[in-house]
Amino acid sequence: MKILKLIIFVFVLMSFNILSVKSENQESKITKNLRCLICQGQSVYDSDSEFAISIKILVNKKLDDGLSEEQIYMYLKDKYGDWIHYDPEFKKNTYFLWLLPILMFVIGGVIILKLFIIKKN
Amino acid sequence: MKIKFFPLTLIIIFIFIFFFFYKGLNNSSIYSPKLNFEKEIPNFSTKEFVSNKEINSFDVFKDDNFYIFNIWASWCIPCKTEHAFLVNLSKQDNINIIGLNYKDNYDNAKSFLDELQNPFDIVLLDNDGTIAIEWGAYGVPETFLIKEKKIIKKIIGPITKDTLIEIKELIK
Repeated sequence: MKILKLIIFVFVLMSFNILSVKSENQESKITKNLRCLICQGQSVYDSDSEFAISIKILVNKKLDDGLSEEQIYMYLKDKYGDWIHYDPEFKKNTYFLWLLPILMFVIGGVIILKLFIIKKN
Repeated sequence: MKIKFFPLTLIIIFIFIFFFFYKGLNNSSIYSPKLNFEKEIPNFSTKEFVSNKEINSFDVFKDDNFYIFNIWASWCIPCKTEHAFLVNLSKQDNINIIGLNYKDNYDNAKSFLDELQNPFDIVLLDNDGTIAIEWGAYGVPETFLIKEKKIIKKIIGPITKDTLIEIKELIK
């Protein structure tokens, strides 16, 4: 019986560890995907500004409240706009952003085709 | 004719891209989302500065009048420059001024108010900065003009002479 109790105790202890590691990873993952709006070119994860520190605390609180990663992004987008998220959605305002590289790729392809292949023939 | 058409198209495309990025160079690097619609004020609870009692935002913004919600701190230099404008606004009868003391030390904040006058009807505490985030603020100072529990104007940075005139026009 004692051994069983000990096993249960160790199991519970281990599962707490797994939980805390998981949530820490999730917090890092989320804050790495958030832009620090007052420090140009840095993510919230990398920044130590007052703004970034507050966002980190808030993300932790929201995770404790049981919000999912997507819900946290939605919440912050509602407050600060799409700019805070490093992964912009494909919508009316971002068509150009998403399609420009493809357009450049196609134009580049046509140039190569025209200059090297068609000329050779 | 066929040979000339291709380089011409290329030049046009590159000129277009050049101007597109050139125009972007002149844009401000400080981003602030546009308030396209009047946002509802967030619901939060925190402690009151003097009594240290728990208070809910419903009890603070209970009327449909005009409210000024100002985020400030004693360590913030621009907050000192805008403070005189807040004192000026506090003399108006039709507006309540609510302060949010951001990541501050109680003694420093108290001497700040004692020295420069207290324009606030209520001062709330935000020790970890999360309430400011709930409001979509970037830092201190930041001011929100509220009417019927909706944000109708947001001022990022200190209140200036011009913004004071603008606020007074809006609350007339």
